[in-house]
Amino acid sequence: MGSHVIYEWIYVGAVVSLLIWVGAEAWYGEKLLHEVPKDHITIKVTGQQWFWTFEHPDGKREVGTLHLKAGKVYKFEITGKDVIHAFNIPHFAVMIDAVPGRINTIWVKIPEDAVGEYLIQCREYCGLLHYNMRANLIVEA
Amino acid sequence: MVIEIAKPRPLWQILFSTHHTDVALLYLITSIVFLMLGGALALTIRTELLTPGTTIIGDADLFNRIFTVHGTTMLFLWVLPFISGVGNYLVPILVKYKDMAYPRLNAVAYWMAVPGAALIWLGWSDTTWMAYPPYSTMRAAGPAADMWIFGLKILGLSSILGAINFIVTILKCKHPDLPMMKTSLFVWSILVTSMMTLAALPTFTAALIMLYTDRLGVSGFFDPARGGDPIAYQHLFWFTFHPEVYIFLLPAVGMAYELIPKFSRKPIFSYGSGVIAFVLLSIIGFASWAHHMLATGLTFTEKTVFMIGTLAAVPMSAMHVFNWMATMWGGRIKFAAPMKFVIGGIMLFFTSGAGGVVNTTLPLDFITHDTYWVVGHFHMMLMGTVSFIFMGFLYYMFPLITGRMYSERLANVHFWFAFIGTALVFTAMHIVGLYGMPRRVWDYVPDPTIIALNQIATIGAYLIGIGMAVFIALLIRDSVKGKPADMRDPFGIGEIYYDYRRREPHH
Repeated sequence: MGSHVIYEWIYVGAVVSLLIWVGAEAWYGEKLLHEVPKDHITIKVTGQQWFWTFEHPDGKREVGTLHLKAGKVYKFEITGKDVIHAFNIPHFAVMIDAVPGRINTIWVKIPEDAVGEYLIQCREYCGLLHYNMRANLIVEA
Repeated sequence: MVIEIAKPRPLWQILFSTHHTDVALLYLITSIVFLMLGGALALTIRTELLTPGTTIIGDADLFNRIFTVHGTTMLFLWVLPFISGVGNYLVPILVKYKDMAYPRLNAVAYWMAVPGAALIWLGWSDTTWMAYPPYSTMRAAGPAADMWIFGLKILGLSSILGAINFIVTILKCKHPDLPMMKTSLFVWSILVTSMMTLAALPTFTAALIMLYTDRLGVSGFFDPARGGDPIAYQHLFWFTFHPEVYIFLLPAVGMAYELIPKFSRKPIFSYGSGVIAFVLLSIIGFASWAHHMLATGLTFTEKTVFMIGTLAAVPMSAMHVFNWMATMWGGRIKFAAPMKFVIGGIMLFFTSGAGGVVNTTLPLDFITHDTYWVVGHFHMMLMGTVSFIFMGFLYYMFPLITGRMYSERLANVHFWFAFIGTALVFTAMHIVGLYGMPRRVWDYVPDPTIIALNQIATIGAYLIGIGMAVFIALLIRDSVKGKPADMRDPFGIGEIYYDYRRREPHH
């Protein structure tokens, strides 16, 4: 038995190197996402049972619908009013929790050709109407 | 013999017994009853999700309560009692001692689980099994949430008492002629998980008290308006429950180590690496808790640290899998039900393991987090690996418990329904998660792909349901009417079976 144990260590070495590679790629990817581009537009997002409120930089507020322009970079500043929610636009892989007492930020670049209507939803359980805590994202040219 | 139907003992003799096999039997029966109850809730959930909108459950409130009780039941009333049951049966036998170290404490630990279970099932809380504040402290309806808190508190205490008992039995009562490095790997797995329980559970126990005083309004630990922080609860919770994932998994790993060499008719490939992997994992398991919280707004450094901690746990699981495969390699494998379930469990372990790596890979977590992908991922582990190996091990222990043999034909039917169903339902859940379907929803967007995937998942769940119906029918029928088993070697694999003379209770 003993002499074959070397195969196990070779295999463990292979698994470890694979994981190091995956981890390094993930770290690098996250690092790229971490820095918000300079020319962003800030949208303040508030989640509460069970709807979303959006505030544009000019003070204009929207409830349940968010109008954005294609080709622009947006930074969302997200907070929760009552319980924890999670702000999620599945199509653009935007996702971060809306936590009362904290402001979380996440940014997205809307592609030029993304004009259309998309789903905004809550992804953290927040009570009775969690399933229906949705909003519309309308991307305009 | 424990349930000797031919020579029955009065029920009270089993109920008030402190003998380890009797307490074990109570644990096992309790866990199987709750597996069936939790499974019925799961089928209700899947039926509701068969179509968008109302299918059978009229409102989201009931649905939220059902998935909360389903999760709590499966984790604390199926997996943990089953581990205690098998541990109670086998640890004294495998360390060659007459009973557990503290037989009465052992019975107390079991009987504490009963009011705990009653509180959870009578309360019917809607907090989810994680009970994140502020929802659980400010909005969740009482008394359900309070009963849930007390139920878990009692179950946690019961786990701690059980863990102390196992540690003392293994370390202090082990036969002097049996060195630790020759003790069964199943005993190692119970030792390691008991130590993890002692280290991990007090944190959650504290968090439950904080949750309760917050609910009473006398404190504001998790209330930002009173200077608290809801995220603090998540740290306390996951500091207990990420190690708890390994507390669920490692006994199953230990059971696989009991079964695979016997049914492959070969010695374990490397006993030493099994021990090393157990001990290392029990330490590294404490370094990854916040990977459940990557989307709560952790800093970049925190995220990096917990990603590394999580990836560091993977090689240990890989070592176990290698060990199993190398043991099976070139063996004369007997494909009886226990072995089928173990092999099925190992196959599904690959998917859950790979899914776990995806979840911790930072940018990808934001795609999978809190979607059905995660539901598919942890069910693939808890159902596909842990429960599969548990059910296989129950088949292996069946002659020990009943003195009878189960029907291999029905066990085969059970296996194939459960295996195909599990693969179907949880693979479909992974995919529907990638389409962005959030977890814990009573209704979903009526998109044709999402509907189709949910229906595939529901069909898979029904297949599991059929398999489980066969399973329970088999257990009841064969423990009453099964053929008497050959107690030296019931599976015909040339191994000496567990010391069956143990079956005579002696006090």
